[in-house]
Amino acid sequence: MHQVKNGDISVEEFTAKTIERIRQLDDSIHAFLHVNSDAIEQAKVIDKKIKSGEKVGDCFGMPISIKDNICIKDTKTTCASKMLQDFVAPYDATVISRLKQQDAIFVGKVNLDEFAMGLTTEFSAYGPTHNPWNVDYVPGGSSGGSAASVSAFECVASLGSDTGGSVRNPASFCGVVGFKPTYGLISRFGLISYANSIEQIGPITRTVKDTAFMLNIVSGHDSNDDTTVDNPQDYLSGIDAGIEGKKIGIIQEMVGDGIDPAVLSATKNAVTKLEGLGATCEDAHLEMVKYSVAAYYTITATEAGSNLARYDNLLYGYDLPVEGYEFNSYISKARTKFGPEVTRRMILGGFVPSAGHAGRYFLKALKVKQKLTREIEHLFKKYDYLIAPTVPILPFKFGEKIDDPIALFLVDINTVTANLTGKPAISVPFELSNGLPIGMQILANSNEDKSVLQAAHALESTVKLPEVPI
Amino acid sequence: MTKIGLEIHSQLTNLESKLFCSCKANYREYAPNTNICPICMGLPGSLPRINKKAIEKATMIALALNCSTPEKIAFFRKNYFYPDLPKNFQITQLNIYGDTSVGGPGHIIIGDKKIRITRVQLEEDPGRLIYEGSSSKNQITLVDYNRAGTPLVEIVTEPDFENPKQVREFLNILSNLLENLGVSDPSLDGAMRADANVSIEGGNKVEIKNIGSFHDLEKAVHFEITRQESLHSRNIPIPQETRHWDDKRKITISARSKEEELDYRYFLEGDIPWIRMEKDILDMLKKEMPESISSKKERYISKYGIPAQVADVLSSDKFYSDLFEASHNEKNAKEIANIITTDLMGLVDTREKRELSKFTSVHLRDLADAIQSGMITRNSAKNALPEIVKTGKDLSRIIADLDLGNMSDEFELSKIVDEVVSEESEAVKQAKSNPQTVNYLVGKVMQKTKGKADPKITMTLLKKKLE
Repeated sequence: MHQVKNGDISVEEFTAKTIERIRQLDDSIHAFLHVNSDAIEQAKVIDKKIKSGEKVGDCFGMPISIKDNICIKDTKTTCASKMLQDFVAPYDATVISRLKQQDAIFVGKVNLDEFAMGLTTEFSAYGPTHNPWNVDYVPGGSSGGSAASVSAFECVASLGSDTGGSVRNPASFCGVVGFKPTYGLISRFGLISYANSIEQIGPITRTVKDTAFMLNIVSGHDSNDDTTVDNPQDYLSGIDAGIEGKKIGIIQEMVGDGIDPAVLSATKNAVTKLEGLGATCEDAHLEMVKYSVAAYYTITATEAGSNLARYDNLLYGYDLPVEGYEFNSYISKARTKFGPEVTRRMILGGFVPSAGHAGRYFLKALKVKQKLTREIEHLFKKYDYLIAPTVPILPFKFGEKIDDPIALFLVDINTVTANLTGKPAISVPFELSNGLPIGMQILANSNEDKSVLQAAHALESTVKLPEVPI
Repeated sequence: MTKIGLEIHSQLTNLESKLFCSCKANYREYAPNTNICPICMGLPGSLPRINKKAIEKATMIALALNCSTPEKIAFFRKNYFYPDLPKNFQITQLNIYGDTSVGGPGHIIIGDKKIRITRVQLEEDPGRLIYEGSSSKNQITLVDYNRAGTPLVEIVTEPDFENPKQVREFLNILSNLLENLGVSDPSLDGAMRADANVSIEGGNKVEIKNIGSFHDLEKAVHFEITRQESLHSRNIPIPQETRHWDDKRKITISARSKEEELDYRYFLEGDIPWIRMEKDILDMLKKEMPESISSKKERYISKYGIPAQVADVLSSDKFYSDLFEASHNEKNAKEIANIITTDLMGLVDTREKRELSKFTSVHLRDLADAIQSGMITRNSAKNALPEIVKTGKDLSRIIADLDLGNMSDEFELSKIVDEVVSEESEAVKQAKSNPQTVNYLVGKVMQKTKGKADPKITMTLLKKKLE
């Protein structure tokens, strides 16, 4: 991108190179569900602007990939589901229109677990994405396509969505930066809801600075999303402020049973480095973490059951004639197109909040959410940051964990807290173990997003990972 | 004892836009599916954007019904599948997790009966289903989403009614109240709908759904009481059930049991943050609220000496009370109240007639002045009204055109009085013993003068003749 800004290379050339790389690599990575065939034309328009001295947006034709659950006008938005295989969004998500204004180029829509439900992209109806560090391994999920495309240099940045770790988890597995902002920092208008009360759109980039750059463009109040907060910030300025004198708590419940020794050792190294940067670190406790995954699944299933109810195929979806069906039998038939994980969660979502069961499940889950929030806010009175590995285990091979609920529990446990409490959290690539990345997670209190980026930038500056081998 | 409770759905027809998007709240003028957008169609990725005006108007209704107002307002999702519901859930309000709907418990007084209001809630109206095809085999269902997402207020009462008459009185008062608040036009088709629950002594509660108008609501309640009493008299138990109102046959029909088993899985709508009802907002709303019907009535009686019955009629109808307020002053108030309630109301008794009418408050003021100054008689004023309503011309023009000027010339009048006395010899005889007959003779003079004769002079002349 520097070369583009310096004028050494045109936006068109840079875009062509990016598209060429996608064509070369994506047979083995399969990050993209759809590549934008107009990208070169859009690049030419920006080149013309540059030549004629017109004002050019901050992105300068930067190639960005977009998770396929975020709407781009006149572009297919499938959520990696057969249910929406023919859905063409009639409008731009707010994040998309803001990036367009800054002359970004969307090189394509990228893969995810169907409706963002999953941790490996194995639940995509269009086949899984592969980890660029080792294609036999999962890229994490659900924003696996976003993380893999950034990691494999198929784009400069990507937007994913994070409901329980779906940005941070694949960022960790693919060795890139993934950020879940404070709830309400980024407009969700145009993000296809899975569990709307806890999810956020988040950038996935190769550096923390790039994340700050993206945040400057896409964050901020939006009249189309009543849950957005008005807290204008320049996330790039002062990003190298450092963490001298900061107090950091290491969440013990996230480095306990089942943690991979390599991840534990990486965490210890991270603590050493943070202390080397002038911070003080000590053990901290979040007791409610042990209930967080159960609460997370209960809340997300409830909201998913409601959010996905609209997919009855009456107004859009896929081709299935209505003749000969009564309403209920038609939608039952139409909804068989949902994949197994989505179906499971919707069945669960029909049960846990239902009359007679809500008290034991859904309402209890809300209580856990409330208590966890109280607990973490109490910790933030004492600590500027909390840290933990993003995922306590290493990336694994395809098929290895998909049927192992305990292993999948471990994949979730360190990330869902930030969603349930609405706090900002970032995953920074920190070490490799047998050629597979390990990410370190930093959390802070609500609206301390800028501070999280400063800490992440400081930690990142101590790390030098080898180039991705693809 | 018979117990009746109501759930009234009133559209906020006077709002500019829908509850969660900027499509028009007045969907009636649009061709099917042209008043829609990604938000009210619930397209993937769309989010509701709360219409603050709707919350204000709904809160005004709550205040007018003497309801408590919550510190914070929240919305919930009611989940069920139906083709008129684009998202397959309805955004509504609920008070089971604390009072968070726009209005909590309140009450309204009807005569000497107090009807308790359970709550007032704000919600979105679904789209409309239109069935076509003659037999069930070729029947098709068309969906028009123009109405989807329009703001609807639900007013729930306690089962405090004992008979259909009380229900009717309540509905009259309620629709006048809604109209007076300027939030809704109850006369619009579909603006008012209702559910009712009815139980008689010794029977279970029966819910009646889908009653499309206030008129039918009273009928439905009446039908249901009769049905239940007839079962009861034959010792047939009355099961607890949901019944639908069939507005063509005007009867209630048992709903399939499946519909009764719906579990709505209510939970908080996270896309709409809690809305704080600050004291200053409530104070502002109270200030903005139009004067209540009862306070208007009180004022008409005490300030202008208008008879209670006239004041009642005048204050409860927004159209007439607005007309009254715009035209009256200290001196002519009584006269104007009189013209409105005795003469004008009969001329513009339907919505259509009101809309076509060219009558203005200026005409009303001129009429009262003309009567009080003796320029025309009350009778002439009555004769002028239809012409004013039709043409909207100035009163002076109409007096000239119709030759309505007051006839007070004694010479002219005594000629006519003479005529009447000679024609009505029988009545003249009677008048000597029965003074009431004089009025009959005055009427005859009025007839001959097309109501222009000055009544006082006519009376004096007649009495002289009869002596």
